[in-house]
Amino acid sequence: MLDGRSLVRRRAGLRLWLSCLWLGLLGTVALLAPWIAPRDPLAQDLFLGRMPPFWLPGAEPGFWLGTDSLGRDVLSRIIHGARVALLVALIAGSATCLIGATLGLLAGFLRGWVDMVISRLIDIWMAFPPVLFSILLIAVLGPGLGSIIIAIVVIDWTRFARVIRAEAMAQGAMDYVASARVAGRGRIGTMLRDILPNVLPTMVVLLTLEMGIAVIVEAILSFVNLSISTDDPTWGSMIAEGRASIHQAWWVLVFPLVTLFLTVLSFSQLGEGLKDRFDPVLR
Amino acid sequence: MSFLSIRDLSVRLKGGPPLLRRVSLEVAAGEVRGLVGESGAGKSMIGKAVLGILPPSVAVTGGQILLDGTDLLALPPAERRRRIGALAALIPQDPLSALNPSHRIGPQITDRLVDILGWTRADAIARARALLDEVQIPDPGRVLRAYPHELSGGMRQRILIASAFAAAPKLIIADEPTTALDVTVQKQILRLIAGMQARHGTALLFVTHDLGVVSKVCQRLSVLYAGMVVEDTTVAAFFAAPRHPYSAALLAATPKYTDPSAGLNPVPDAVIAAIRAEVAAFDRAAKHG
Repeated sequence: MLDGRSLVRRRAGLRLWLSCLWLGLLGTVALLAPWIAPRDPLAQDLFLGRMPPFWLPGAEPGFWLGTDSLGRDVLSRIIHGARVALLVALIAGSATCLIGATLGLLAGFLRGWVDMVISRLIDIWMAFPPVLFSILLIAVLGPGLGSIIIAIVVIDWTRFARVIRAEAMAQGAMDYVASARVAGRGRIGTMLRDILPNVLPTMVVLLTLEMGIAVIVEAILSFVNLSISTDDPTWGSMIAEGRASIHQAWWVLVFPLVTLFLTVLSFSQLGEGLKDRFDPVLR
Repeated sequence: MSFLSIRDLSVRLKGGPPLLRRVSLEVAAGEVRGLVGESGAGKSMIGKAVLGILPPSVAVTGGQILLDGTDLLALPPAERRRRIGALAALIPQDPLSALNPSHRIGPQITDRLVDILGWTRADAIARARALLDEVQIPDPGRVLRAYPHELSGGMRQRILIASAFAAAPKLIIADEPTTALDVTVQKQILRLIAGMQARHGTALLFVTHDLGVVSKVCQRLSVLYAGMVVEDTTVAAFFAAPRHPYSAALLAATPKYTDPSAGLNPVPDAVIAAIRAEVAAFDRAAKHG
């Protein structure tokens, strides 16, 4: 009964905490952006264009990470950009997970014609090139936060559906499912009570990965100027603008890029860390 | 009238070959029937057909499964589920995959009683404790709160046995319940199943490929080859003088624990050829008739 596994302190804790720390910081900053940001992210001052970050000679006090070519504060823009990034990550990630996982679960557990229909749909869906598909969608829907979220959900639900379908199929072949059915539990009941808890760890990992992907997609769409209105600062549009002045002011490009990188990395590490917590065998 | 009576049951892979060829067998109330045959003979398929858990790729094409006098195959699915749940239970083959890793042991035994059969939770828990006691699990209170991965394979199999008896079923189908266990535990588990069966007076369909097990536990047995019942007899008669040549060869092929150096006696090719011809003749007759 007393099992050595329960005595081992798992080292997975570190990456879980580091990623939580970064995402927590980002979340707080995003929530409090109007009060925390040192400057108005949209205020231009052509006399203060391309000021370097604070540790370089010629830095302007108060502009910690420098300014872009229009004299806007890079730090403030990153902070305000976090709002869009996290909003997209949370809403698009959850919606994608909900739709994809539901379809995957139904296909994998019910099999038969349900599986046929959903699987063919996935096959067809995945034949579309995702970037072109999303650009097309935004062009049809018109730019805006809602369109981005819809585009991400429409493109990425297959990722969940495929993986969860396979997982549900594997779980469905287990004897405990047979036992539940013999005992008289209905199909949907078995699916929700017996299968769902066992695919949950996989779902959590996919969800956090998807949140990272959503952040990237939003950045890509901003980069090609198809995201929300150009007035609102987003990391993608900052990277796009920074690219033009990379030789004169590298910081305009590098800081949003690093923020984006850390955020996406944190999401994926959060998933791995949570999986270890969720898994009853590893717990 | 037998408690379980399977008549001319035919099952085939959808768009494929037959898996069961007009199988008939009876299990009287309180009786233990062995169901033996080599891998792929369709032993487990019979159990699954009775319990209504055939894989979706397989379809029943004919016959009757009478459980306590009612043909399960003629019932609407919900009614069939309810009837099977109330009267029958399964002791599965692999104790490692037969308990849900995400739930504690307690709810896995009691939820069915409460949710499906309408017991009160207190009654269900008392029942689970009593049964765990009966299968000789020390400290049932603690085991009920444990997750499956915290328990050994033998312990899990005993929990599954307890769980199968929980709703006081009239029929239990044991699908190779000792195959996944190591030899030292097998004997214990076997004795446990036999003891529980005798005390509770449950009819038992014991699916196995081990004739040694059959001789210890069963009263009657059916020998299956390629989805056909080739012999249906009492255990005493079978071990004294099997009638079908395939049965005789199967009996001769059983490894002797008393003489491990004797080597293996596979079923002779001539016997296999003869029985394959029988199966082919059956299929031809089925096609024309």
